[in-house]
Amino acid sequence: MKIKRYAVAFGAMVAVGVAGMAGPAAAKVDGDTIILGSAISLTGKYATNGLHTQRGYDYAVKVINDKGGVTVGGKSYKLAVKYYDDESTPARASQLVERLIQQDGVEYMLGPYGSGLTKAVAPVSEKFGVPMVEAEGASRSLFTQGYKYLFAVLSTSEQYLSTAVHLAAEANPGKELKMAMAFENDPFSLDVREGVVDAAKQYNIKIVIDDKLPADLSDMSATLTKVKALRPDILIVSGHSKGAATAARQIEEMKINVPMIAMTHCEAAKVQEKFPRAANGFLCPTQWVEGLPKRDDYFGSAADWNAGFKIDNPSYTSVPYQSAQASAAVLVWKEAFEAANSFDKSTVRDAIAALEMETFYGDIKFSEAGNNIAKPMFMRQIDASGGYNLVVSAKDMTFPRNVAY
Amino acid sequence: MLDNLQLLFVWAPVMNVQLILDGIFVGAVFALCAYGLALVWGVMNVKNLAQGDFVIMGGYLAFAMHQWGIHPIVAMPLVMIIMFIFGWAVYRLIIKRVIDQDMFVSLLATFGLSLLMQQVMNLIFGPEVQIIDSHLPVFDAFDNFVTIPSVKIVSLVLAAALAVAVVLFMKKSRTGQAIRATAQDPRAARVLGIDTDRIYAFTFSLNAAICGAAGVLVSVIWVIQPFYGIVYSVRSFAIVTAAGLGNLPAVISMGFGLGLIEQYTGIILGAEYQVAAAVVMLLVVLIWRQIQMRRSRQVVR
Repeated sequence: MKIKRYAVAFGAMVAVGVAGMAGPAAAKVDGDTIILGSAISLTGKYATNGLHTQRGYDYAVKVINDKGGVTVGGKSYKLAVKYYDDESTPARASQLVERLIQQDGVEYMLGPYGSGLTKAVAPVSEKFGVPMVEAEGASRSLFTQGYKYLFAVLSTSEQYLSTAVHLAAEANPGKELKMAMAFENDPFSLDVREGVVDAAKQYNIKIVIDDKLPADLSDMSATLTKVKALRPDILIVSGHSKGAATAARQIEEMKINVPMIAMTHCEAAKVQEKFPRAANGFLCPTQWVEGLPKRDDYFGSAADWNAGFKIDNPSYTSVPYQSAQASAAVLVWKEAFEAANSFDKSTVRDAIAALEMETFYGDIKFSEAGNNIAKPMFMRQIDASGGYNLVVSAKDMTFPRNVAY
Repeated sequence: MLDNLQLLFVWAPVMNVQLILDGIFVGAVFALCAYGLALVWGVMNVKNLAQGDFVIMGGYLAFAMHQWGIHPIVAMPLVMIIMFIFGWAVYRLIIKRVIDQDMFVSLLATFGLSLLMQQVMNLIFGPEVQIIDSHLPVFDAFDNFVTIPSVKIVSLVLAAALAVAVVLFMKKSRTGQAIRATAQDPRAARVLGIDTDRIYAFTFSLNAAICGAAGVLVSVIWVIQPFYGIVYSVRSFAIVTAAGLGNLPAVISMGFGLGLIEQYTGIILGAEYQVAAAVVMLLVVLIWRQIQMRRSRQVVR
């Protein structure tokens, strides 16, 4: 008898629990507010870049709301973003996206920070048919899975350093070039490597060193010793901030004298400040430059966005491109809602897929696979005083780089 | 691989000089981290999984002092003192409670400590990679082919001095003798009036101080980041397991050996096998030991 009573009580508790969880499943548009959702790294390994991203989202939301918000069906709506901290872990991120969709009823997603986390959350939003506009996952492999609901405003990773190879070939017409490469053994860096290898094939450049650095290695001296012996014309390095910092430190220490050195994450590792002698002449790719001659009605030109963002976030002396592309992702949502003139997630998804727009961040047009094919990657060269100068063609570039160790 | 061997021994044999020097410099730092671990493991039978995080913490302390304008080499004794105090606190709070428990409890406790330290360093210093530029000159030889940063020479000398100091301390001083006595037989040591609890605390703190010193060297030679401690933990474990406990010369020679093996593997097989070399070395040594011991092993019927 007693057991039965407990069972009933337990059943009731479960029922209440389930009802409670299934509660607020209609929060996608709350009154006159459209709710976007994002799991973002506010703590853990990616916290710095996660915050850059979040500030980019928040700044865009503020500017768009100040300028009248989003007009759907003749009515004006405000934007808001619901964030959860994914603690920089993929498992947590995918849980949180599921929670945003199932419990909070969010039907419009903004991406997390980084390719790894985007890879973790994309299947979840795909499963529920919730469109996600992401701004921080560049890995090529995100766009070979046939995802229909994933859109990225940034250039994909295989474009990061292939420009350097094109520039080298342009600066040395008819010369047989030798190239040394060192890439970290992770999906992002290996994607970057693919692009470089393809470009090298195009110009018949001989690859003399092709090292893959393990993730837990902070020593490149073996690779660089080989570079000294083989004297390549181009040295290409990619391994996140650690790779850039290690490479710059050891290039300076070992007095490596290669005519062209290109690497990712120069800005993040602050190589121009920490190793000004070695960094002189480094080529560094970037998704966006503040001098870009592009504009839109909300943020104005690239320089206007930059100035406005700095006023809102006075802690920045120079603004990372991560924030710029985050703002661009929010702008994509705004344009898509207005183009669709509806809140139905699949109608909005089709509107995103059909978008063609100019923004302060560059042109945006998505391919079938969801990546932005309208915006190129930019290349900048570090000068003797630590400044970053845009390199459009080989004429703008110092080649060979000036070295004075 | 063959062309790498050819490059190394036929075309540019001078590369060997650079590799051997680098191997020695790297090995000195590894040996230092490993010696602290051997001490704690041998004396207290605690396998400290937070070893690498102590190293990184030392690096960050040097980094913080560098921000205030203290040169890292000058900061080293200060870092060691702070780490010693930190080690004492950790012993009182955590290690003391797990020392008599079985192995897994101490592994779990130090693993938890490792996670905690990583996250706290991440909160305080942020997740960016940090470097300290020591502004010391770089020497070169063989027409710029071999370069020797003087900071590496300084760290080799410091590592050597520290190792000698620790050996002398263990051999000559009363505390050193007490540590060795406790390692041999804690009960007998207690009977003879040695306060083993104090000895354990001292040993653990000494290890923290040694790790701190190694961390300062790491920050001026390579890079530091809150989550890189594992690299030094893994290498310390490989070295200590291969060298055996309480055998300082073996730990040091294993440290240098590991440094050299890593450099040569990096050149010959490519950088992707550089870290694997450490683990392969450990395996080879363990298999070799097994074969050696088989001779003297008897089957009890």
